[in-house]
Amino acid sequence: MADAAFLALTVITIGSAIAALEMRSLIYGSIALMGTLGGIAGFFFLLDAPFVALFQLAVYVGSIAVLILFTVMLVKRELIFKKIEDRRRKFAGIGLMLIIMVSLGAVFLDSGIKTITTDEPPVDFRDIGTDFVIYYWPALILMGLILAGSVTGALILARREDVENDQRVS
Amino acid sequence: MTNELVDFTLVSVALLAIGIYGLAVKRNFIRMLFAVEIIINAANLNLVAFGRFLPHAGGQTLALFSIAIAAAEVAVGLSLIIVAYRMYQNVDIADFRSLKG
Repeated sequence: MADAAFLALTVITIGSAIAALEMRSLIYGSIALMGTLGGIAGFFFLLDAPFVALFQLAVYVGSIAVLILFTVMLVKRELIFKKIEDRRRKFAGIGLMLIIMVSLGAVFLDSGIKTITTDEPPVDFRDIGTDFVIYYWPALILMGLILAGSVTGALILARREDVENDQRVS
Repeated sequence: MTNELVDFTLVSVALLAIGIYGLAVKRNFIRMLFAVEIIINAANLNLVAFGRFLPHAGGQTLALFSIAIAAAEVAVGLSLIIVAYRMYQNVDIADFRSLKG
């Protein structure tokens, strides 16, 4: 049986996920997305994974959501408040969402997942550190390279050469 | 634990469905990125939940990798949005049809 904190987090997470997609303003939408990401961090706390929860708060709520907010601010004012969607497509999308929710939910409720419970102590976060250093160190290095490569690629993509030239002329 | 694995899985299914709705309905590039983020978070929630109930450290380790890779994906996605916006002065994906080649 779920407790009150779980139910509150569920309402916050799912409510703000819907708000992020449905709010007219993109700025409020990105703030609502922060609520979803924070709610997921709350679920991680409930699952006795404080290290992942703090990582989620630092990376997602702290940096990604702020990055998205700044990108939204770079877009023209009328585009921030303009909602672009097709009415028929919206109803089809809601139907698709309900079909996925009901069918996948029924599959999970019918499966053996319901019987899985645990009274064992949670995984110690020091074990995660040990795993990282002993088993996953090549993946860790690869991940660092991918992150560096993607950030460099993003910088190169977003660079504006014409602005530099304009400044040089003036 | 008072909460069961199936509770977390159902929340994750709901988030996945909302994300797919966003990808199917929205034509705004930024909102589609929101939907992708919601789907990735649903997957992370599943990883940590299964890792807690097995119990195994692998779930949390994979979730950490997934969060880091998602950060890279968002950085590239946002820079693509900025480039596309600069080219088309719009964030409607219907305007980006010329990208099809």
